[in-house]
Amino acid sequence: MATFKVNGIEHALDIEPEMPLLWAIRDEIGLTGTKFGCGIASCGACTVHINGKAVRSCVTPVSAVEGQEITTIEGLAVNLGETNTSAPDLAAVQQAWIDHQIPQCGYCQSGMIMAVSSLLADNPSPSDAEIDAGITNICRCGSYPRVRKAIHALANA
Amino acid sequence: MKLNRRRFILSSAAVGGGLLIGYSATRSSRHRRANDELAIGSERFTTSFIKIDEDNQITIFVPHSEMGQGIHTALSMMAADELDANWEFVNIEQAPAIDLFANGDLVKGFAGEFGVPSALMPLINVTAFPVAELMNLQITGGSSSVRYTGETAMRNAGAAAREMFLKAASTRWSVPEGELTTKLSYVHHNASGQSLSYGELAIDAAKLEPPKSPSLKDRTQFNIMGKGLSRNDIPAKVDGSAKFGIDAHSSDMLYAAIKLAPVFGTKLVSADGKEALAQRGVKRVIELEDSYAVVADSYWRAKNALALVSAKFEESENDYISSTDIEARFNKELTENDGSKDKEIGDADYELEKAADIIEANYRVPYLAHAAMEPMNCTVHIKGDAAEIWTSTQDALGTAGRVASVAGLPEGNITFHQTYCGGGFGRRVPLLNSNVIDHATLIAMEFDVPVKTIFSREDDMQQDHYRPAVHNNFKAAFDENNNVTAWHSRFTGPIQVPGASHIPYAIKNQSIRVVDGETHVPLGPWRSVDHTQQTFFTESFIDEIAHRAGVNPYQFRINLLQDHPRHRKVLEVAAEAAGYGENLQEGHALGIAVQESFGSFVAEIAEVSLNRNNQPVIHKVTCAVDCGWAVNPDTVEAQVESGIIFGLSAAIYGEITIENGRVAQGNFPDYEMVRMSTSPEIEVHIVESGEAPGGLGEPATPPIAAAVTNAIYILTGQRIRELPIKNHDFSFSTPLAKL
Repeated sequence: MATFKVNGIEHALDIEPEMPLLWAIRDEIGLTGTKFGCGIASCGACTVHINGKAVRSCVTPVSAVEGQEITTIEGLAVNLGETNTSAPDLAAVQQAWIDHQIPQCGYCQSGMIMAVSSLLADNPSPSDAEIDAGITNICRCGSYPRVRKAIHALANA
Repeated sequence: MKLNRRRFILSSAAVGGGLLIGYSATRSSRHRRANDELAIGSERFTTSFIKIDEDNQITIFVPHSEMGQGIHTALSMMAADELDANWEFVNIEQAPAIDLFANGDLVKGFAGEFGVPSALMPLINVTAFPVAELMNLQITGGSSSVRYTGETAMRNAGAAAREMFLKAASTRWSVPEGELTTKLSYVHHNASGQSLSYGELAIDAAKLEPPKSPSLKDRTQFNIMGKGLSRNDIPAKVDGSAKFGIDAHSSDMLYAAIKLAPVFGTKLVSADGKEALAQRGVKRVIELEDSYAVVADSYWRAKNALALVSAKFEESENDYISSTDIEARFNKELTENDGSKDKEIGDADYELEKAADIIEANYRVPYLAHAAMEPMNCTVHIKGDAAEIWTSTQDALGTAGRVASVAGLPEGNITFHQTYCGGGFGRRVPLLNSNVIDHATLIAMEFDVPVKTIFSREDDMQQDHYRPAVHNNFKAAFDENNNVTAWHSRFTGPIQVPGASHIPYAIKNQSIRVVDGETHVPLGPWRSVDHTQQTFFTESFIDEIAHRAGVNPYQFRINLLQDHPRHRKVLEVAAEAAGYGENLQEGHALGIAVQESFGSFVAEIAEVSLNRNNQPVIHKVTCAVDCGWAVNPDTVEAQVESGIIFGLSAAIYGEITIENGRVAQGNFPDYEMVRMSTSPEIEVHIVESGEAPGGLGEPATPPIAAAVTNAIYILTGQRIRELPIKNHDFSFSTPLAKL
């Protein structure tokens, strides 16, 4: 039995310990915001947070997250579930993604947003070189110039 | 453009009593006979609908796939503006995959006697679709949505509805229409101070005959078009709620992992699935003609079990073919055959014979995969004589038609669930079995629950339809005064987009011919299609000619573009913005390229240097684009940024090679992409010529490769005639003296 929390909810899954967290999240739990892109931790589309740190879930076996707190894109908004009626408040990074009109096809953006929120949590004002080193996700639509602008705007907010 | 077509505006009362209005173009008379013989029932009407409810809510149905190009928002802006709608109360919906929203009729109407517009031709496999089915496509591609659907269907539907509201209000108030105005979804009579909302007039308006040719606004009257409005699809793409094809999910769903014949075109001989079947969750091992699949209760389990199947594919004559064999064959074709005519002006051969000097150059580019972020996938649920499908596609109706024909079901029994596309770029046109739809359908026919078939990244890359590998041999003739007198081009085909190999430059004698370049590798449209390779070739070779003529490459182009003001203008705007000719940072160089494609004109200037390891660094790309006028300028900029980075990935890294008949690359480490660290600053200048709108999904991609390699030539003295750039070594280089 694999037990871990996803977006604050405890899950106990009867799955193989070597099943990658990505597939546990998508196929077993049914949260589809976290994407499959390459399966080998190269593209970053599957990025989630484990205890607040960005991790590529396609190569992370569930055995490695036993008892840990996982956050997916669906859980990034703040004040999630405080009321039943109001939509959750978007995290600052998510709002910046709307303000800068970043996503195009949008498929990579869950992972991109999770990677950037983790970077900014560690380093609230990254330089261009630190952004280059810290954000290695692939976006085939080429949203990079806007992602960079949004990160700098968030740093200056 | 000849518009010998009939067109209609259709209206009807919507459910609940509002007004539903749509625009239709019939095929031109030229095609009527074929359609009379082949089409079923009465004429099928097309395209877009606008629904106005009694509470004044407006819903616009967009018959195109949203894959990041912002088309849902742009087309809705076009209809809403002509309607004088209040944008705040406009809802945008994906039009369903039913023939009412097909674009075959519309594009045929536009195409006059030539059939489907050339921009869409590469997306349509004419041999696979009978003529009747051609009418039933719902293609998003060819950078055509704004140009065709937007300019005709959406704007006319909006304008017609507006005129119907005016008429309804005029009758209601017994005042002449000329005294009425419309604004923000209301009709006003200023003299009496009366106002009625469109919603209040909808039932009356629905009883009217729609105007056949509503008058459209001129650009000074636009209230919505021309503004950089926020896209409606973005909020769902930041919180994980946007649904892509791969996100189809249900608790009883099964998952298939599939292995297709690694050598294209070969068949499965046998597959032993005993060991796979013994694995947890595995339901079936299925043998298909060209593949085998494992179906399990999780994709991961299916994928793992797939590796345990021991299978044999038949041998084929292509089993030992490699890229070097293909290159040798292309060289042989180009040496031994003069090919067929693409374009001839004057007598280039004669000019070459009497030339004072000739330069000759051989260019080539490799095959390219699309590598859209969302790997190909398709979920099919067969329910007796009906089926439901969930998949990301650039042609919903075409996909539904394929599932129907593979499963032997009536097309009307297929329910298609449209989703966002995780990248299109030509990958998601259901031309070939590379799109997984046929396989997913055959697999799902074995079950009565939904089955989701997913290509792994490796499957996606190795079972694509590829941008062709192309060789191009050039010769240019010069007279004794260094004037270029002839352009001689021979390249390997196929030609997917006519005209991509043509040049705008005033060279009196031109001979452009194409030889056979077909191999066993399947080919298909790749963002900007032929323009991607041809612009690299022509804009590099014209640069060679400029350097040989001793004129700086910018001035040389300008001199030969006297009859092409739109090319010239974008070059001038880009050059000025990039500081061309001014002093650059030490060790930097500017490379330049310009191309017209899909009705838009794009000039790009790349600022490049070499780093400590002698690798090129692209600092900045300055782009000027003339797309006529911009419906949504922010989307225009985004598409230009996107097109440049897409083309840059191909120029620097992109290379699919063939070894033993199969694709050698499998995942991003072998097929690298531009990432944040290698992405240049991009500056976009929109040049508004006021001409008809051009496409935008593709035109920014073609010029970037030559812009970069032309800069590298100045930096290093090395002329890159073969892509990708990563294969070149710049450790020994001699920068050029300034021209």
